[in-house]
Amino acid sequence: MGMTMTQKILAAHAGLDRVEAGQLIEANLDLVLGNDITSPVAIREFEKMGANKVFHRSKVALVPDHFTPNKDIKAAEQCKCVREFAKKMEVENYFEVGEMGIEHCLLPEKGLVVPGDLVIGADSHTCTYGALGAFSTGVGSTDMAAGMATGKCWFKVPSAIKFVLKGKPQGWVSGKDIILHIIGMIGVDGALYKSMEFVGDGIQHISMDGRFTMANMAIEAGAKNGIFIVDEKTIEYVLNHSSKSWTVYEPDADAEYDEVYEIDLSKIRPTVAFPHLPDNTRTIDEVGDVEIDQVVIGSCTNGRMEDLRVAAKILKGRKVKKGVRVIVFPGTQKIYLDALKEGIIEQLIEAGAVVSTPTCGPCLGGHMGILAKGERAVATTNRNFVGRMGHTESEVYLASPAVAAASAVTGKITDPDTLLKAD
Amino acid sequence: MKAKGRVFRYNNNVDTDVIIPARYLNTSDPKELAAHCMEDIDPDFVKNVKPGDIIVADRNFGCGSSREHAPIAIKASGVSCVIASTFARIFYRNAINIGLPILECEQAVKGIEAGDEVEVDFDTGIIRNLTKGTTFKARPFPEFMKKIMAADGLVNYIRTKNAGDGSPS
Ligand code: SF4
Repeated sequence: MGMTMTQKILAAHAGLDRVEAGQLIEANLDLVLGNDITSPVAIREFEKMGANKVFHRSKVALVPDHFTPNKDIKAAEQCKCVREFAKKMEVENYFEVGEMGIEHCLLPEKGLVVPGDLVIGADSHTCTYGALGAFSTGVGSTDMAAGMATGKCWFKVPSAIKFVLKGKPQGWVSGKDIILHIIGMIGVDGALYKSMEFVGDGIQHISMDGRFTMANMAIEAGAKNGIFIVDEKTIEYVLNHSSKSWTVYEPDADAEYDEVYEIDLSKIRPTVAFPHLPDNTRTIDEVGDVEIDQVVIGSCTNGRMEDLRVAAKILKGRKVKKGVRVIVFPGTQKIYLDALKEGIIEQLIEAGAVVSTPTCGPCLGGHMGILAKGERAVATTNRNFVGRMGHTESEVYLASPAVAAASAVTGKITDPDTLLKAD
Repeated sequence: MKAKGRVFRYNNNVDTDVIIPARYLNTSDPKELAAHCMEDIDPDFVKNVKPGDIIVADRNFGCGSSREHAPIAIKASGVSCVIASTFARIFYRNAINIGLPILECEQAVKGIEAGDEVEVDFDTGIIRNLTKGTTFKARPFPEFMKKIMAADGLVNYIRTKNAGDGSPS
C-alpha cells in the first residue's frame, strides 16, 4: 500500500523506506522554531538537558513576535532571554524588532522552509508551511528544546484525510473562507491527530498567500499538519524566496485515507466563524445583524500582501464607521514596506484604520487592541475562543480580510458584495 | 505509578486559552501559572484543587495553542492525572514531555462525575471510580512513554541518556 505526502516526508527523514499510520518514529529535523513565549521555557529545558550547543546554527529560528515590541517588563525579560541565547549559541536565524515579522509569515518569506522539509515549531500554527509541501507541525517547548539539542523529534505517523478541491472560488471568496468552510464541516476535532492533505485542480486558483492561510488553520480542525501538493505556484514562490534545495513528494495513487472529501470551490460563500469556536461557521448570507466595535486585519493567518491589498481595495475612498476601531497589522517588515510602497498603508490610514508594526499583539489578546467586556470584533485571525482577544465576555468573529474590511465600513458584519453594490 | 483524588469535571474542547489565559503568559514560572489555572472556565478551581486531584473531560481536551504552560499550570496546581475521551495532539505531547500523566478513556469519562473519588493505575491502565464502585480500562502507556514519565519528563530522560556519552548527538 502507498503512502501519503506526509508519510513520505516522515519516512525520508527517519531513514526508512516506508512508514505506516500509527508507527512511532524518530526523525531528523530541517528546522526548529520558537517565539518569545515558548523559547524561554525551551531554553530552560535545553539547559536542564545539559546541552551546550544547538544541533545546527542555521537550522534553528528564533522569532520574538508575540509581545513585541516589548509590551511590559516581563515581556522584555523573556525577549532578552531569547536574544542572549541566540547570541550565545550563534543562532543565525534570530530576528530582532526591525527585521522581524510574525513567525509564520516570516519563515517562508526568508526562504527558510522549502518543499519536502520537516519542521517543528513551538507554536501551534507551525503547520502553516504545509502550503509549501513541507511537513510542519506545532510542538511544545520541551520538544523544541530536545529538537534544538539533538536535531531529532519523535512522531507518531499520522493517517490522513484527503480534500480534493475542484472548481474556482467566486467573487471575494479566499483561502480563509475555504478553510472556515472545511472546519465548519468537519469540526474542531474533525482531523484530530491526522494530516489534512489538499489536492485537486482547484488548488491552482488559490494563491500562495491563500494556501498559507488554509494550512495555518489545519490546527483549528485538530490536525497534526495540513499539506498542499506542490505546483507551479509553489515552485515560483520558492525560487523567489529561497536558495535551499528541495524535494517534491507526491502522494501515492494507492495511499490510504481515513476519509476523502470533494469540495467544489465555486460553491463556497464568504464564511464567518461565530464565537467561541472556529467550527461555529455561517455563510455571510446567514449572519444576520451583528454589530461590531473592532476590526482586526492581520496575523499569521491573514497578514500577508494579498490580505492587505484586498482590505485596501474595499477601504480605499471609504470611511471606517464612526465608533468602530480598525487595527491592521502586517505580517512582516517586508510586507509592511511593500504595502507602504504600493500606497496601501496610506489608503488604510485615510479610511480611518491604524496600522501597527508587525506583532502578534491583538491576535492572542496580548496587546495593541484588547477587547473590553461585551465588545465584539471581526478578526482575520484564527481563533475565537473565550477571552482570546480580551475580556471573557467579549466576542470574536473570524472572517476573511474582505469581510472584515466591509464590516469596518458599515459597523456590522457585512458581505463585501452588498457594500460595493450599495455604492 | 498510581494517582488518587477528587474529580473536576469539564466538557468538550477545553482549550489552552481557558486552561491558562494568554494574559498570564509573560511568565513561565509554574507557581504563577498554577495561580491562574482554569481561571476563565472555572474561577473556583484554584481555590478548591488539592494535591492529587484529577481532571476528567470529554473530547479534544487542550485544543488550541501549543503553550506548554497549559500542562505545566495543571501539573503545578497539584493535579495528578487528566482523563479525557480525546486530547488535542500538541497538548498530548506536551503533557507526556513534562511528565503530566494523561489517559484517554471514553467509558471512564462517561462514568465519572464531578466530585467522584477516582484511582488510576498507570501501569495497567485501570481506572477505578471509588465513589460509584465502577472500574474502567484505558490503554496503558507504551514502553517509551513510561520511561519518559518515570524520568518525570523528556528533559530528564534525555539527560539520563546524555550522561552516557557526555554531549547530545
Ligand atoms: S499571529 Fe496569532 S496565531 Fe499567529 S503566531 Fe501570532 S499569536 Fe499565534
